[in-house]
Amino acid sequence: MNVKQSLLMALKSMKTSKMRSFLTMLGIVIGVASVIILISIMNGLSDQITSNLKNAGTDNITVNVFGRGGNRSFQYDDMERVVAENPTFFTSFSPNVNASVTVKNGTKSVSTSVRGTNEYYQDIQSVEVEAGRFLEFVDVERLQKVCVIGSYIAEELFDGSVYEDSTVKINGSTYAVVGVLKETAKSEEASADDIVYIPYSTATRLSGNSNIGNWVVKAADVSNIDAAITELRDKLYLVYGDSSSYRVSSMSQLIETLNEITSSISMVLVGIAGISLVVGGIGIMNIMLVSVTERTREIGIRKALGARRRAILSQFIIEAATTSAAGGIIGIILGIVLALVAGSLLDMAVKPSINAVLIAFGVSVAIGMVFGYFPAGKAAKLHPIDALRYE
Amino acid sequence: MIQLIDIYKIYPMGDEEVHALDGISLDIKEREFVAIIGQSGSGKSTCMNIIGCLDVPTSGSYLLNGQDVSAMSDDQQAHFRNKTVGFVFQQYNLIQKLTAYENVELPLIYRGVHERDRREVVMEALEKVGIADKHKNLPNQLSGGQQQRVSIARALAGKPSLILADEPTGALDSRTGAEMLDFLQQLNGEGHTLVLITHDMNVASRAKRVVSLSDGRIVEDKEVRH
Repeated sequence: MNVKQSLLMALKSMKTSKMRSFLTMLGIVIGVASVIILISIMNGLSDQITSNLKNAGTDNITVNVFGRGGNRSFQYDDMERVVAENPTFFTSFSPNVNASVTVKNGTKSVSTSVRGTNEYYQDIQSVEVEAGRFLEFVDVERLQKVCVIGSYIAEELFDGSVYEDSTVKINGSTYAVVGVLKETAKSEEASADDIVYIPYSTATRLSGNSNIGNWVVKAADVSNIDAAITELRDKLYLVYGDSSSYRVSSMSQLIETLNEITSSISMVLVGIAGISLVVGGIGIMNIMLVSVTERTREIGIRKALGARRRAILSQFIIEAATTSAAGGIIGIILGIVLALVAGSLLDMAVKPSINAVLIAFGVSVAIGMVFGYFPAGKAAKLHPIDALRYE
Repeated sequence: MIQLIDIYKIYPMGDEEVHALDGISLDIKEREFVAIIGQSGSGKSTCMNIIGCLDVPTSGSYLLNGQDVSAMSDDQQAHFRNKTVGFVFQQYNLIQKLTAYENVELPLIYRGVHERDRREVVMEALEKVGIADKHKNLPNQLSGGQQQRVSIARALAGKPSLILADEPTGALDSRTGAEMLDFLQQLNGEGHTLVLITHDMNVASRAKRVVSLSDGRIVEDKEVRH
């Protein structure tokens, strides 16, 4: 019995008992669809996170300092020297001095976060200015009370109309507004637009803490970023003498870690969804057993006409595999459609992958074959006269 | 061609044993037309199953075309049936989901005949039984006589040397039954060995030789003159 013949036969019997075939397939359909949906959503999510992080710059190295240091701490001058001495590793750097403040313009006020940086920050973080300018060397050097405000702040305090002589009061001190940033996140509260940049030197004074806990350093060459990180760690170790006092990490490392996390989360989710595939397989086995009993006479006729065990075995296995493969195809289509619908309803990026589709199809065929084997074996072992006499 | 030598077929039934065949020896030569006749329970069905390689005897040996069938494995028997025996059953035993054409095609598929070579053989067999125009019909779209024709075509398609007919007229009205017997007789005339199993003396009387079975033994074996 050749494969093509068995396949046609299987499709035929599926067509003649549509309801039964559909119910048999349902487990596989649900299992495959949920696997596809989960993989699409997790793929989309991980892509979104990765691209967001990439926008922030893969050549950025983040330095966090926790320890106060015994006698001395790593200061602005130290970082400046490290960067200047290693032009093959680093191009520029900026401190990040963050503080929560209240910003006022007359009677209007908002609570926001202020970030103290230097003149390189604009380039490192690709900050775009809508009007005016970003912070400059003189601002930092002379501890000027100037600020660059995000579009949310401009909207809230100035109704969007900021003039050259506009000022704001940050925790009571007056700062000149020298620039307004381009909108990046729909000017919503707590978004990237809800921020005020001031010179870091001014910021340390504002926060009353002269230690800088956070830096961003731009690497000269992304492919050499691990060596650059090592260099920074060495320098920090010289100051703190304890590797737990600081942490140096790059965006590309972070992306890698995040990808690992998302992929292990999706493995778990897919594993759970996979359980329904097993349940679906048992459903197929059940129906195949019924089908073998119902078709005992047919099996007897086939054997009388000269069908060998293998021919009967392969006929029933192919039938089971065809049923579950059909369920798999329906599940794939359903899964992609539902993932896209869910993506557009929930405003999420979804990305069905061709690999997921191929694996889902392969797995559903394999399930049919594995769970079809037992009933098929039962059919193949029937004795021809017993089968022929069966009523 | 067929040589049954001291065949016993014993079934256990509870504590007792039932001797369905109780020491049967029978020689059937090529091109013979033999009717095996007996009441139900006489052992004629068991006899047919053994002649058709559907079953093996408990003891004794069965040579078909010189080969000992009783020692063969399931698959070897299947292969042998496929090559040598054409069955015509009382209940036609057509597969209901398959068309007339596909039913006749089955023995050729199991023999491994290529698709393009099958078509010719199948249509030839269907033409021979006069039902080629209905090759696309399913069995339930055919009358009893037509279904029996399909099953004869199926038996013929494999060009077996032996045709084994088990009550071929049992489910047919007398006129159609007679037609069917005419046809089987014609096949015998063309060189097929024909073994007919029946309980009906009128049917058996068409044969050239009648073997009567009773309680698992041969009680009479005579030539019939026409």
